[in-house]
Amino acid sequence: MARKFVLDATKKTAMKKFIQTLTWFGVAVLGALALGTIALHRGEQINAMWLVVAAFCAYALGYRFYSRFISAKVLALDARRATPAERLEDGRDFVPTNKWVLFGHHFAAIAGPGPLVGPVLAAQFGYLPGTLWILIGAVFGGCVQDFVILLFSVRRDGKSLTEMAREEIGIVGGFVAYAAVISIIVILLGAGALIVVNALKASPWGVFTIAMTIPIAVFMGFYLRHLRPGKVLEVSFLGFIFVMLAIWGGQWVSQTPAVAPWFTLTAPTLAVIIIIYGFAASALPVWLLLAPRDYLSTFVKLGTIGLLALGIVALHPTLQMPPLTRFVDGSGPIFAGKIFPFAFITIACGAISGFHSLISSGTTPKLIRRELETRIVGYGAMMCESMVAILATIAACVLSPGTYFAINSPAGIVGQSPEAATATISGWGFPVTAAGMHALAQAVGEQTLFNRTGGAPAFAVGMAHIFSSSLGGPAVMAIWYHFAIMFEALFILTVLDAGTRVGRFMVQDALSHVWKPLGRTGWYPSILATSALIVAAWGSFLWQGVKDPLGGINSLWPLFGICNQLLATVALCVATTIIVKMGKAKYSPVTLAPLVWLVAVTFTASWHKVFDPNPRIGFLAHARQLAASAAPSHEISRLIFNDRLDAAVAGALVCMVALILLESISLWVSVISGRMQVRVREAPFVATRFATEEQG
Amino acid sequence: MMQLRKITTTLMATLREIFDESAYVRFLSRNQISSSSRAYAAFLREQENAKARRPKCC
Repeated sequence: MARKFVLDATKKTAMKKFIQTLTWFGVAVLGALALGTIALHRGEQINAMWLVVAAFCAYALGYRFYSRFISAKVLALDARRATPAERLEDGRDFVPTNKWVLFGHHFAAIAGPGPLVGPVLAAQFGYLPGTLWILIGAVFGGCVQDFVILLFSVRRDGKSLTEMAREEIGIVGGFVAYAAVISIIVILLGAGALIVVNALKASPWGVFTIAMTIPIAVFMGFYLRHLRPGKVLEVSFLGFIFVMLAIWGGQWVSQTPAVAPWFTLTAPTLAVIIIIYGFAASALPVWLLLAPRDYLSTFVKLGTIGLLALGIVALHPTLQMPPLTRFVDGSGPIFAGKIFPFAFITIACGAISGFHSLISSGTTPKLIRRELETRIVGYGAMMCESMVAILATIAACVLSPGTYFAINSPAGIVGQSPEAATATISGWGFPVTAAGMHALAQAVGEQTLFNRTGGAPAFAVGMAHIFSSSLGGPAVMAIWYHFAIMFEALFILTVLDAGTRVGRFMVQDALSHVWKPLGRTGWYPSILATSALIVAAWGSFLWQGVKDPLGGINSLWPLFGICNQLLATVALCVATTIIVKMGKAKYSPVTLAPLVWLVAVTFTASWHKVFDPNPRIGFLAHARQLAASAAPSHEISRLIFNDRLDAAVAGALVCMVALILLESISLWVSVISGRMQVRVREAPFVATRFATEEQG
Repeated sequence: MMQLRKITTTLMATLREIFDESAYVRFLSRNQISSSSRAYAAFLREQENAKARRPKCC
């Protein structure tokens, strides 16, 4: 009897294993089929669902097999080890949190405008390069980076990336990480603000809607503080309703000749307003503007991403963009440069983003309940972020290529008038007419859609196109378009608020070493001076972008991408160093392979951006061209100065990262050759009580 | 039905964590005070330093 029971159990286990193997084999075959369809179809359009299926299969396989291998072999996750959330629990910073709750919290923190903008810009190469990079980059790079940095921070009491770099690599490592963080914040804010300016210029509807989010946020701040303390979800819902009313009101504003001119602003005016706003947001109390705006933005962000995913799955639109365009040769109108390295720095956040390592070594490690949960939170949340990038690629590629290029190309490339722009773009083999673009602009409630560089308007048109195919039809396309614009602008302005303040704190920390009072976060002279410093830094990049005849994105977005990927290089240096110090050098290719790739990408991209003889790519060549071709004027001198500044920033960042790389390599060699005594700086092992609670 | 309820509960807990409602409840419990305008102001003061130093991702 007992023998029969054992035999039955063995049979059941074998059957279960067989079904599992068969299922995973099926997922692999389906994924291969989807990827094959995406990669090999030429000359005919494909359905967007192929991208969604390929992504799901790639993430499922990556999570099930690769992250499991990393968990077991490389990191040796320990179910018995207490995390800092348990050991140092204080109900404030260290709080053991349910893994799904933390998953959502971590995803909300890493999801920014980057995965929406980058893939839209990179679609100039066609849908294939971006899609492949998003999938491969995320599974083997971005997810791995987020996961290992999270785990290493958990094992070091929630230490930040800069602290880990200083302790594990050396003083140079710590300094470079600090410099990379502050540079990325400044350039990100400049590029982000430029995207908002390009989305809102000459758009009374958009300007009105976004302007209204300021009093709405202030109302939310007062509501939370004085009427219903702590009811954030409730007030965010109220705020969302007010924002929807503001979108509806924006339509009235744009159609009322007496009011519309007040909100019809030029790019320089908008830039000045945003600079003043950034300064005010940094200096005002957090509860009044920053916190409520952050809540509102998160509320809209989570809802919109969910809605977009549902819309694409329900409507499964056809991609109009070819897999590869003629611009793979580097002559793209949106940004110049070949697929390698420029596609890989244009798409950062959806594939691998250094910025994520700041989140993975920030709040999240202090909330992790069990060490095993770092896998779903770190690796899993990045897979979701990557999926957002795939959705953005789809939103851009459902537009006809002619429309896509008409929206995204700067006037300096395609010509000033609609007729000139459509003739240039049609000449590239992407037919588009001035009348068609005018009709589209009318349908979305804009005066024109030409030269709306930056990616946000193209994404908004794509999103409106998808939604209006089912929900409300073409009649509400304008509402959907402005909803998408509001969503992106709100998103970016929230990053701007928070980024300016974070940058201000970092500068105050640094200046406190020079003169102590400058580090006091409550001392107004210091607050005003350091806020002005940070705003001036990103404001100068914004102003430079606004005045650039090529639209600014051509120079600013690659610079931002280089910065972000250099920060990822720093994070992967830290991760590889720790793996080597753990005595697991044979597994170091897990982080070393993406590191080598990123070094190749960022160093090549930086070289091109500084020294390439093509003036559309190389900053110095552009400066030389300006100096040679135009009569000297204040405007030209400033453009030349901007080019040289951009070249200096790119060069300085690369030199700093080269230093940390050399310091890391020397450390690895010393450790592997046995010349150096290894000291891993993990917190001592303490057994978790959760394991016994679960067993009980 | 049980599954649906569990999903809804987890979803609401996630939203409360994201929107700092849970952090406020923990603050009240830690300081053994009830919710009020003054308590929320104190919570915001405590949060200000941490929240304002947290970068928003790109």
